[in-house]
Amino acid sequence: MRAYIAARLGTAVLVVLGVSVVSFVLTFLTGDPAEIMLPPGATAAQIAKFRTEWGFADPLPVQYWRFLRRAVHGDFGVSLQHGQSSLPLIAARLPATFQLTMTAMVLAIVLAVPLGVLAATHRGGKIDLLTMGVALFGQSVPNFWLAIMMILLFAVSWGWLPTSGRGGWTHVVMPAAAIAINLMALLTRLVRTTMIEVLSEDFVRTGRSKGLREVAVVLRHALPNALIPLVTVVGLQFGYILGGAVVIETIFTWPGVGLFTIQAIMNRDYPVVQASVFILATAVVLINLAVDLLYVWLDPRIRVT
Amino acid sequence: MPTPPSFLARSLRLARRSPLASLGVLIVGLVVIAALAAPLLATTDPIDQDLAVALKPPFWMADGSLQHPLGTDHLGRDVFSRLVYGAQISLTISVLAALLGAAVGVAAGLVAGYLGGRVGTVIMRIVDLNLAFPLILLALAVVALLGANLRNLVIVMAITTWMIYARVVRGLTLTLREQEFVQAVRALGARDARIIARHVLPNVLAPVMVIWTLEVARVILMESALSFLGLGVPPPTPTWGRMLAEGRDYLTMAGWISIFPGLAIMVTVLGINFLGDGLRDLLDPRLRGQT
Repeated sequence: MRAYIAARLGTAVLVVLGVSVVSFVLTFLTGDPAEIMLPPGATAAQIAKFRTEWGFADPLPVQYWRFLRRAVHGDFGVSLQHGQSSLPLIAARLPATFQLTMTAMVLAIVLAVPLGVLAATHRGGKIDLLTMGVALFGQSVPNFWLAIMMILLFAVSWGWLPTSGRGGWTHVVMPAAAIAINLMALLTRLVRTTMIEVLSEDFVRTGRSKGLREVAVVLRHALPNALIPLVTVVGLQFGYILGGAVVIETIFTWPGVGLFTIQAIMNRDYPVVQASVFILATAVVLINLAVDLLYVWLDPRIRVT
Repeated sequence: MPTPPSFLARSLRLARRSPLASLGVLIVGLVVIAALAAPLLATTDPIDQDLAVALKPPFWMADGSLQHPLGTDHLGRDVFSRLVYGAQISLTISVLAALLGAAVGVAAGLVAGYLGGRVGTVIMRIVDLNLAFPLILLALAVVALLGANLRNLVIVMAITTWMIYARVVRGLTLTLREQEFVQAVRALGARDARIIARHVLPNVLAPVMVIWTLEVARVILMESALSFLGLGVPPPTPTWGRMLAEGRDYLTMAGWISIFPGLAIMVTVLGINFLGDGLRDLLDPRLRGQT
């Protein structure tokens, strides 16, 4: 097991290094940064001065090494728009995004598990059909459209919830629901499938034949086994959830990393875009690492081998 | 030996057994026809502005008319005409991106699975790396930097989809490589390229087709999200995502501007998902009922 953990950590480090290369390369996609960052009509001398000052005249490997060394120290350069170091700007907005994505994840799981279990235990019946209908809707609805429709209904027409911003729990409900919908649909189908599989296994039959009540069989014996794949999938979906947050934060002007990054992208604020892509991708890598290790702990069969 | 039932016969049987798949075929067929026949179906030019008829409601509401069956937007452009032309953009980008992604991903998966070794490891590391990025963020950054046009959007979407094929195809190839019929061909002296093309590839195509269908649906959602954020195919070309975004400011007085493009996206994606699930049942019974 120690070898497995070591190998998994090694992979994570490699991927983070790869993430740093991609974040670095993002700056060079448009060509010469000098032409973008300097005002149009800059003289050749000004461009040359800029390139030397900012280190763009050095060979790429040298520039990358400098980028990496600074990144390790949390220095991603100064935001072109805000004139401050970009990392603290992003760090200040992380809690808001964290609150939103975690609420969305919890919401998705809390809804998906009972729905999936109900569908599995009523397989082929009306409840199953209805649940799968809800899941298919959730898989197909564009979350940003759902967000707008919710605003129209719950905020504008009925005035139950605030349209935008961050404040009390009422502010979280709509953006979290909009992010959660696709994940909920996916998890509902997953729980249903795994529950159907688990319910056909021998230990479930044994449980039933020794006279356990059906509720106990389903909830105490079958469900925990069906939850293991759920953990993996939730971990794997974390990147999608963050992506969803980027779009949804813009709609609700939720003051998180997503909204901030979109604004940075629109303003071509490279240091912020670089830092944000690097940090969010690293977060996904770390979450996946944590999930894999959690998996080892949850599933004794892996722990032994 | 009885001959296996033809594809058509199996399709018909499936249509009876799976009404959802048939519904999927119907929906996707209608959207494709709408996209192809857009010039015939459109009641007016999709980019013609006519402020005299701005914010007209759909025909069934008071003050609506069949001249603009689904109403007009704030610039007096016909919502229905923009929808059918928007279908062209959505379908073109998503089908091309899914094809490009599939081609790259299948090739990568075949190489990684068949050759294995260091090349295989490197390819799978790149897959892991790509999967680590919040894809829509990566797509946003790349489109914003490279510029939003049809070609760049197709490439960017392909970057978000190839990894799935690579993973699945690699897994299948690993198993196929060890199977007796492949070993036999190899013993006969066939070259690797021939074995991959003639014996491995045909055996991975069924799951690839299923993934492809479902990925087209996902790419449509992502393309419309990019377009919604203002990073889709630039105006005046009508796209579903931008129509939706433009209608946001008129939600309370002219909700139809945003509601119809959203419905169009949802129904199209739903239809493709129905179709994909049905295709999975048809092509690969082992996967039946799985998510």
